[in-house]
Amino acid sequence: MKECEIKNEGGVIEAKIMCEIDHHTAKNIREAIDAELSKSKTRILRIDFSLVSFMDSSGIGLILGRASKAEAIGATVEVVGLMGRLRRLVCMSGMERIPTIKIK
Amino acid sequence: MKTIINEMKLRLPAISVNESVCRSAISAFLAELDPTVEELGDVRLAVSEAVTNCIVHAYKDLPSGEPGNIYISVRLYNTKEVSIEISDNGCGIENVEEAMKPLYTTGEGTERCGMGFLVMESFTDALNVKSKLGKGTTVLMRKFLKSSVEGVE
Repeated sequence: MKECEIKNEGGVIEAKIMCEIDHHTAKNIREAIDAELSKSKTRILRIDFSLVSFMDSSGIGLILGRASKAEAIGATVEVVGLMGRLRRLVCMSGMERIPTIKIK
Repeated sequence: MKTIINEMKLRLPAISVNESVCRSAISAFLAELDPTVEELGDVRLAVSEAVTNCIVHAYKDLPSGEPGNIYISVRLYNTKEVSIEISDNGCGIENVEEAMKPLYTTGEGTERCGMGFLVMESFTDALNVKSKLGKGTTVLMRKFLKSSVEGVE
């Protein structure tokens, strides 16, 4: 799909998001990732933000929602590729305090 | 003396696809004041949050199929101040003070994390929220761009 490229191999899901993340686009991204989570045994969900030029707090909700799903299946979430304003937003959310989320 | 050099009013349906439309419209309109990349990013983010609040909450009591409208009014001043008013005539907020507390959200089950007002406040220079139950909500944000002259009348 054009918003998100997903690889699912060896218990690791890599989701590379390639669009702006807002409440509108978060829906498709969420559905794509959740579909993969339900396919096979996942240990790590890695969400890559390096190609995301814009994100508002819907992106925070997206990460938190995936972390909640991941926790239910014993997986962790890695957040990678955060730059500039995105990193600041993630810090404001306090999500680094959540054990299932690792911010790289 | 502070004067308005340009003004824009938009009305769009409160549907989620318009979140990016509003960001783009504001970006285009702000260009005249030559904002830095950082300032533009701040405004786009704040606008996105306000517009999203409108889309997610304002008209949730309307029967589906009737989206309701977002009303945006932007003013550019010669002092390089930008004022952005985003309003709706939807359900309104019962307790604005409570709604503006970080992490407060009425969007259960929809992955809303309650950071909207916190983000608006952090990325603009002034935030004012007025609301009346059953009538609607108005969010007013002001941003003073670099080399702007604050408070000049």
